[in-house]
Amino acid sequence: MSASLAILLGTPKGAFILEGDAVRRDWQLRGPFCETWPIHHLTWDAERGALLAGGGSPWYGAAVWRSTDMGESWTHSSDGLTYGEDGPKLATIWNVTPAGVTLYAGVEPAGLFRSEDGGVTWSHVSGLRDHPSRPEWQPGNGGLILHSVAPHPTDPDRVWVGISAVGAFETRDGGRSWETRNRGVRADFQPGPPPDFGQCVHKLGLHPSDPEMLFQQNHCGVYRSEDGGANWTEITAGLPSQFGFPLAIHPHDPRSLYVIPLNGDDKGRTMPDGHAAVWRSRDAGDNWERLDRGLPRQDAHLGVLREAMATDRLEPAGIYFGTSTGQLFGSRDEGDSWELLADYLPPIWSVETVVLDG
Amino acid sequence: MATIHLPRSLQALFPEAPRHLEVRADTIEGMIRELDQRWPGMWDRLCEPGPRIREHINVFVDGNRVPISAALTEASIVHVIPAVAGG
Repeated sequence: MSASLAILLGTPKGAFILEGDAVRRDWQLRGPFCETWPIHHLTWDAERGALLAGGGSPWYGAAVWRSTDMGESWTHSSDGLTYGEDGPKLATIWNVTPAGVTLYAGVEPAGLFRSEDGGVTWSHVSGLRDHPSRPEWQPGNGGLILHSVAPHPTDPDRVWVGISAVGAFETRDGGRSWETRNRGVRADFQPGPPPDFGQCVHKLGLHPSDPEMLFQQNHCGVYRSEDGGANWTEITAGLPSQFGFPLAIHPHDPRSLYVIPLNGDDKGRTMPDGHAAVWRSRDAGDNWERLDRGLPRQDAHLGVLREAMATDRLEPAGIYFGTSTGQLFGSRDEGDSWELLADYLPPIWSVETVVLDG
Repeated sequence: MATIHLPRSLQALFPEAPRHLEVRADTIEGMIRELDQRWPGMWDRLCEPGPRIREHINVFVDGNRVPISAALTEASIVHVIPAVAGG
C-alpha cells in the first residue's frame, strides 16, 4: 500500500486537483471542476470520503458542490443555504469545514450553516446572527464574510469562527449562543482602545491536540491565545510585517505555525521587497524564522490569500501555498526548502491537502 | 403547454434536464417550481429570496423580459438566458 497526495485548489475559475505520489515529486493537474464556478474553498470530508467545494456563481448563486469519486462527477446543493425569503441574499460560500460527521459552511454575508448529511441539506446556525453585535457588523474590503471555522476536536458543542472586520466568536452550546473572543487584539483602523468586536481577523486556527491554544493572523498582527480565545497575546515581533492573510499550524506539532507576511494593507499586500518567503515559528510564535530556500528572492510581488496555505499529514510534513497569480509552491520538509509545483493557474483562493491511502 | 428554452450553463448543472421542453404552468414562478419538481435544486439556481428571478438571470416570454410573477399561456415561448458578463 502506498499513499498518494492530492492538493485541492479553489480558484475563481473552478476547482482543481493536483495529484502526486507518496514522495511528492510527480504531479498531475486535473480540472477545472464545478463548471468553472468561482470556488472559494475545496476541501475533504474524511468521514465520507468526499470532496466538498464551496463557492458561488454570479448567475446561479451559492452552493456546496460534492464529489465522491475524486472529481469525476459532482452534485451541488443549496438546500437550506438561505437566510429566508426576507433575509439578505446569500452571496457565496467562503469556507467548508468538516467536524466529524458535521459539516460547517461559512458564508457571505457573514453567517454559519451546518449539515449533518454530508452537504445534501443545510440549516442555519441562527444563534450567531442573533448575537447583539450583529446590527453593527460592517464589511471589510473583502466583504462581510465568515471565513474561518475551528471546531473543537472532541466537544461538538464548541466551535470558534472568524469574521472579517467583526472578529472571533465562540459557542459552547452547539451554536445557540456565541461570545466574542477578541480581548487583546488590536483594531488600528478604529480610534480608541480595542473594542469588544470589530477586529479584522484574517485566519483563525487551532491544532486538534491542544484546542485551547488558538492562533490568528489578523489585519493588525499575529496573535496566540492559550485559553480558548478568551485572551490573546500578540506574537508579531520578529516578522517583517504585521499584515498577512493565511496561517497554518504544523500537523504534528501544535506549537509550530506558518504565516506569510505581506508588505502592508496600504502597500499593495504583496511579499515585502518582492522577496518570497514563508515564516515559521517552532515555539508558538515567540520566535520566527524566514523560509525562502527555493522561493524567488527578487521581483516576486506575490500575494497569498487567507485560505491559500495548507499542510499535509505526511512525515516530514508538507507545506503548500498558492498565489494570487496562479503559482503553487510546496515544501516536502516542513518549509526548509520549496519548489514550484504548478503555474499558470487562475488566482489561487484556497489550498487543502488529502492523503489517500493506496 | 408553454415551450421552455434553458441555457447550456444551467443544463450543465442538471445533466438529465433537456435544453428544450414543455411545461404546463400559469406563471413563471409556477414554471420554475415545476422544473424544480423534475430536477430538484433548479429553483435555487434560478431564484433568490423574494422570491424573484436571480439578478443576473433574464427570463423572456415571447421576447419580452418579465418578472417571476408574469403569466404564461399555452402558446408562450419562454427563454431563460444568463446575463452577459465580463471577466
